[in-house]
Amino acid sequence: MTPKEKAGKREIVIPGEIIAGGEDILPGDWTTKEGKNIISLRFGIVDKSDRLTKVIPLSGVYIPRRGNIVIGEIRDLAMSGWMVDIGGPYSAFLALRECPGFIEESEMETVYGIGDLIVVKISDVKRTAVDLTMKHRENGLGKINDGLIVRVNPHRVPRIIGKEGSMVKIIRDATNCMITVGQNGPVWIKGDNIKDQLFAEKAINFIIANTTSDGLTEKVEEWLKANGGKK
Amino acid sequence: MTYKITRKNVAEALNSNERLDGRKLLEQRQIEISFGVSNKAEGSVRVKMGKTEVLAGIKMGVQEPYTDHENEGTMMTSMELLPLASSNFEYGQPSIEAVEIARVVDRGIRESRFIDFAKLSIVDGEKVWSVFIDLVTINDDGNLIDASALAAILALLAARFPVYDEKADKIEFGEFTDKKLPLNLENLPLTMTFFKLGEKIFIDPTGEEEDVTEGRITIEVSKPAGEKSEMINAMQKGGDATFSVEEVGSMVEEATKIFKKLKSLVDEEVDKFEKSAEKGAKKKGKKD
Amino acid sequence: MAEGKWREKIKMAKEEKSLYKERVDGRKFDELRPISAKVGVVPNADGSAIFSQGDTIAIAAVYGPKIFHPKNQQNPEKGVLRVHYGMLSFSVGERIRPGLNRRSQEISKVTEWALNPVVMLDELPGTAVDIHINIIQANAGTRCAGINAAAMALAHAGIPMKSMVSAVAVGKMDKTIVADVNKEEEDFEEGEGATDMPMAYLSNSDKISLLQLDGRIQTDKFKEALEAGKEACKKIFEIQKKALKEAE
Repeated sequence: MTPKEKAGKREIVIPGEIIAGGEDILPGDWTTKEGKNIISLRFGIVDKSDRLTKVIPLSGVYIPRRGNIVIGEIRDLAMSGWMVDIGGPYSAFLALRECPGFIEESEMETVYGIGDLIVVKISDVKRTAVDLTMKHRENGLGKINDGLIVRVNPHRVPRIIGKEGSMVKIIRDATNCMITVGQNGPVWIKGDNIKDQLFAEKAINFIIANTTSDGLTEKVEEWLKANGGKK
Repeated sequence: MTYKITRKNVAEALNSNERLDGRKLLEQRQIEISFGVSNKAEGSVRVKMGKTEVLAGIKMGVQEPYTDHENEGTMMTSMELLPLASSNFEYGQPSIEAVEIARVVDRGIRESRFIDFAKLSIVDGEKVWSVFIDLVTINDDGNLIDASALAAILALLAARFPVYDEKADKIEFGEFTDKKLPLNLENLPLTMTFFKLGEKIFIDPTGEEEDVTEGRITIEVSKPAGEKSEMINAMQKGGDATFSVEEVGSMVEEATKIFKKLKSLVDEEVDKFEKSAEKGAKKKGKKD
Repeated sequence: MAEGKWREKIKMAKEEKSLYKERVDGRKFDELRPISAKVGVVPNADGSAIFSQGDTIAIAAVYGPKIFHPKNQQNPEKGVLRVHYGMLSFSVGERIRPGLNRRSQEISKVTEWALNPVVMLDELPGTAVDIHINIIQANAGTRCAGINAAAMALAHAGIPMKSMVSAVAVGKMDKTIVADVNKEEEDFEEGEGATDMPMAYLSNSDKISLLQLDGRIQTDKFKEALEAGKEACKKIFEIQKKALKEAE
């Protein structure tokens, strides 16, 4: 790779690799310090700031965090709520009382049945047990009835959303589709027709194929223009 | 597992005659073929159909013939659905999926008389060659039957006898002759499976598409010399769906068309392989 | 520095009048076979890699972590690695019948023990990570190629690891220590014959996580073998690193 090409790509590191040295530098996420050396514990991209060096993973399971909006699949109906699959080795649960309005236990299956997808919020995380909530529907929470789902590695989500939602907005405008990104990976695309939806899916796949590049926003805008974007 | 909503999308796309990847109902994915996957095999090949990847290896041995076929060599086909290829596959006894693929592929080759079993006899009634066709999956993204059947045929075409010391009754594994297997090339069988969803019939589904199919019919076709029409050498209906006589009739017709296309692909690839093998042998000759 | 010491030893080997003066394929005693490595070869897997060392080709795929609560687990606070190693029937001269065999079982276990020390299983409580290794073509050093592929697949899958693991089979042919034994060398019979020592080193600590011996070796020669292995594994680590960095 030429230095110019290198400059356009971020530094990828692997487990066990020494990524920085110095007494003053603190080991951030997915790193450890041995003597003066900061060592990576993941396959990922180095993020060096003044005092802190961390690694942003390129792959691996989603780590649930309170407040995250996720897209989950109803796995089973339990006594007072639904068991939800949010990916990874987690047991996620949406209690009846965490849903707006009053739902009878007998009605549960008609509200959310096994296999249904829901956009839901994480209210608490205890090790591998995750509590979900459907309250505050203004966040776009609820059942997914139609549209298209793209399965994305959770670590690519920040690039799809972009700084303060800038990237996802570009795609929304160019494809005329509503796009909801689950922090756990799945991206829900809803448009007026299948063509628009498939176009948005291709755009998302383009981002995924180029996540490690710099100047991604420009590249995406170019691609959208070249491929029939509406804006 | 495919999401319910994705199944709905896949089904809708199929119903509108345009699949999610843009293909038509009777359009095949890109097929990639490469020979010589293992230099320890008497013949081996990798077949990719889209993201589905299957390896086939031919191993040969010498054994006593079966009592009811004293002057014929033997053949055995196995299919291993490696857990490497999908989280749906498990270790242990072969699943019915694996067993079915092995048996259907086997029948097609046997019934077509592609292999001249009589020519595999070394000493009639005493010693015959046995041909093992071993199939393994590397990645499952739908349509394993067709990928496996194609791989089996290609591996047989690429196979060469190992060096065999008849007096000592010893095979020098790893040392190969130039001698091809005794194949009746005009009987070459090729497999195509037709899948059904509702009223729609299509071929070569991806993993997601296969998840929504309701039934399938596999047809193995050959065009033997001297026959006016194509020959069906094996057939298998799978899944719960039912098929009308017309549907089956149109599948058979379509199968003969697909056979022609596949056959020219096979001929092209085998030709490439044999030319490069010749080059390799010539180079070796020059070195010596 | 260690390399310098080893070159002295090679000189000594020639003086020692070992019956194995030159390697069958012309390599230097510390030279590895041509190696190629690539990740992302099994689209369905969470992580995957293929690793070829000379004519030995290993493919590995990782699935997980997934929920797993085994009945008799000593420490429920830690995840588990489940390794399965198998050779394809046509990877060797004489066909291997598909199915379980004792050699594969043993290799699966020692591979698990080779990788466990680096996988941060405390970060994955109540889960299992499945590692599937298959040998497509065998020419000695299969378990080592398998470990090299598996380590890359684990990293590729995003499993947190303290270090990479690199493995190589060191041999002693008569009196000569060599790195990366091939099949012909494994079958060497002159003089003291062939001794095969598969070993694996952690990339950033010079600690050994795989060590086996097939044959006999004098204790002082053995130290030489460990040094040879360490140097060889460093080279292999560089190749694993490059392959991961070039992932698509």
